[in-house]
Amino acid sequence: MIVIRPCRFEECPAVLALWERAGAIPSPTDTLAELRRLVQTHGDGFLVAIQQGAIVGSVIGGWDGWRGNIYRLAVAPEARRLGLARRLVHEAELVLTTKGARRMSALRTLASLLVVLPAFAQPAGGQPAPQPAAQPEASKPMPPLQPQPSTVPGRPDIPNAEVNTMLRSIAPPPIPTPEDKLPIPQLKLPKGFKIEVFASGIANARTLRLGDKGTVFVSNRLLDKVYAIVDRNGRRETKVIASGLDRPNGLAFHKGALYIAEGTKISKLESIEDNLADPPKPVVVYDDLPNHQSHGWRYIGIGPDEKLYINVGAPCNICEPPATNAQIRRLNLDGSGAEIYARGVRNSVGFDWHPVTKQFYFTEHGRDWLSEDLPEDELNRVTKPGQHFGFPYCHNGTFTDREMGWGRACDEFENPVALMGPHSAVLGMRFYTGKMFPSQYTNAIFIARHGSWNRTKKIGGDVVVVKLNKDGSVRSQEPFLTGFIQNNQYIGRPVDVQVLKDGSMLISDDHAGAVYRVTYSGDRVAKP
Amino acid sequence: MVSAWPASGDTLEARVAACLACHGEKGQSAVPEVPSLGAQPAFYLLIQLFMFRERMRVVEVMNRMTQGLSDDDLRSLADTIAKLPSPPPAGDPPDPARMERAQALIEQHRCNFCHNRNYSGEQSVPRLAGQREDYLVKALREYKNNTRRAYDASMADVLYLINDEQILDLAYFLARVR
Repeated sequence: MIVIRPCRFEECPAVLALWERAGAIPSPTDTLAELRRLVQTHGDGFLVAIQQGAIVGSVIGGWDGWRGNIYRLAVAPEARRLGLARRLVHEAELVLTTKGARRMSALRTLASLLVVLPAFAQPAGGQPAPQPAAQPEASKPMPPLQPQPSTVPGRPDIPNAEVNTMLRSIAPPPIPTPEDKLPIPQLKLPKGFKIEVFASGIANARTLRLGDKGTVFVSNRLLDKVYAIVDRNGRRETKVIASGLDRPNGLAFHKGALYIAEGTKISKLESIEDNLADPPKPVVVYDDLPNHQSHGWRYIGIGPDEKLYINVGAPCNICEPPATNAQIRRLNLDGSGAEIYARGVRNSVGFDWHPVTKQFYFTEHGRDWLSEDLPEDELNRVTKPGQHFGFPYCHNGTFTDREMGWGRACDEFENPVALMGPHSAVLGMRFYTGKMFPSQYTNAIFIARHGSWNRTKKIGGDVVVVKLNKDGSVRSQEPFLTGFIQNNQYIGRPVDVQVLKDGSMLISDDHAGAVYRVTYSGDRVAKP
Repeated sequence: MVSAWPASGDTLEARVAACLACHGEKGQSAVPEVPSLGAQPAFYLLIQLFMFRERMRVVEVMNRMTQGLSDDDLRSLADTIAKLPSPPPAGDPPDPARMERAQALIEQHRCNFCHNRNYSGEQSVPRLAGQREDYLVKALREYKNNTRRAYDASMADVLYLINDEQILDLAYFLARVR
C-alpha cells in the first residue's frame, strides 16, 4: 500500500535523494534548506508517497491565489507503472482545491516536466505517461465543489491546512461589550418570550446564583472576581464582592451564605446579603483539591441532602486521570466527609437536582480532537452514588476511546440520558420550577451550551430545553435561545441559567460580559 | 532617560518608550527572559496587560507599569506595540536533529493550529516565531508547573504530555524557525 501525505521536515533529505534517483537534472535551488523552508511555509501542498516506510514519490502543489500549479512530480523507478503519478497529481489538486483553487495548471509545460524529471517521461515498457502530466498548459476549470479532503491525506487525525486555524481555541475578551453593543437584536426565542439586558459590564460573567433576598451573584472563570447585582430603589447596581480569586467559577447559595469554589478551595461568605456594602473575608471550608489548569475550575451546588457537590475535572483532554480527578465529589457543608459521588466524569460545569425525584443530573464535556462529530457532549443522571460514566475509556455509551479504550467495553459504564451535540460545551443547567413560562416547561431542564471551538462549523452557543418523561428519561430536546453564532463567529456565549422568583430566567454570557433576562408574556402583550 | 513608570498624564509615546526600555528597541528584547513584543497580536497583548493590571499575573515591574491605566490605555498600548516589526530568528545555524525533534512534537501537539503555521500567532494566541529562546523555556516551564497563570487552559492541556527535554527542543526550534 502506498500512502500519500504531506512531507515532513525530517524527510527533506530523502526527497532530494528521490529526485536524484528519478533522474532530475539538479537545479541550483534544489537545496535542503530550500526544501525545509517549503515544508515550514507551504508544507501542506508538498506531498510525498510512502511505501513501506520509504519515499517513492513527490509532488509540489503551489497556489498563488489565482491558479494552482503542480511542480516536481517524481516517482521512484521501482514504483512506476502503478498509477502513482496520477494519484500524486490528484491529491495535490485536492489540496489546492481545498485552498480555493478553481484553475489548475497540471504541469506548466511538458518541457518543464522533461527537464525536471526525464525519468517520468520515459515510461518503462512503452506505457504512455499518466494523463495529468500529458496535458501541456492544461488550464482546466475546476468544479467549485469537488469532494474535499477534510484531513491531511494519510493522517486522519490531522485536519488540513485550510481548516486548522478554524479550530483555534477561542478566548473571550477581558473587557466587556458596552451595553449598546450587546447582541440582543440577533437573539431568537420561541413565540411569546422576550429577552432584555439585565446587567452589563460584567467581564467574563459565568455562574449565576440567587440569594434569598433577591441578590444575583455572578462569578468569573478567566478573571478573579465575584459580583453581586442588587436592586436599589428600582435601580440595578453591580458591585464586586470578592476579588483576587483563582478561577472562582463555582457558586452556591445556602441559608444566607455564599459558597465560592476556586481552583483549589471552597470558601464561604456568611450572611452575605446583609453585608454587601462591606463583605466579610471568605472563610475556607474545604481545600483538598488538586491544582491543575486544564479543567481546573469548579462548579458547585448544594443538594436536597444538604451536601455540597463539586466537580474535579480531568487535568487533560484525554488521559488516564489521577485518582483525585475526573469525578464529582460531595461533602458536608463544613468540608468534612468528602466522598466520590460520580466517577469517570471528564468535566462537568453544570448540575441540578430533579425537583420531584431529587435525582442528580449533570452536563459533561466530551473529549476534543477525535472528530468533527464525535463524541457528543452529554447529559447524565446519577441513580446510585459511585457510578462510573466512562471517561477516558468510553464515550457516549456507544464507543471506546481510540487511545484509552483498548481492553474496555462501554457496557462497563453508565450511559448518558441525552447526547447534546459534538463539542457543544454544555455548561450550566437548571430545572424550571417557576410559574411564568407555559406549563410545558415545568420541570424541564434549561441547559446553556457555550458553543464549540474544536469544530470547523460552530455549534451550540445557545440555550436548549430538555423535557423529561415521568421516569426521568429524556423525551425531547429543543432550541430555546439562539442567535449567538453569526457567520460562524460568536457574538456572545451563554454559560449559566438561573430562574428568578417571578419565574423569569437569567442567562449569563462570558464573551460579551453580560446577564440577560428572559420573560414570557404570551399573547398578552403584542408590542415588541 | 526614560521614565520607568507610567504617570497618569503620560503620553502614549512615553508609555511605549517605557515598555521598550526593557523589551528592546523595536520590540526585540536583548534582556534575558524578557520577551520580544514585536508583531505580537494586539488581542494577546491586551489580555496580558489586563492581567498585569489586575495582578492576575504577578510580575512586579509589569504590575507597576500597568497600575492605574484605563481599559482604553491598555487597548492603545496593545495596538501600538502590535505594529512593531517581528523579531528575526536567532542567527546561529540550527541543529537539524533538534529542529526535527521539535517539528515532530509540533505536529503531534498541533501547536501550529492555534499559533498559525508560521507561528505568527493570532487573536488571543501569541506569536512564537523569533521569540527569545530563554523566555520560551521560562514561559513553557511556568505553564507546565502551574506557576504562570494562564488566561485560559489551552497551554495546560498541551503541556500535560510534554516533558522538560521537549520544552527545550520546542524553544530551540521556535527561536530559530524561518
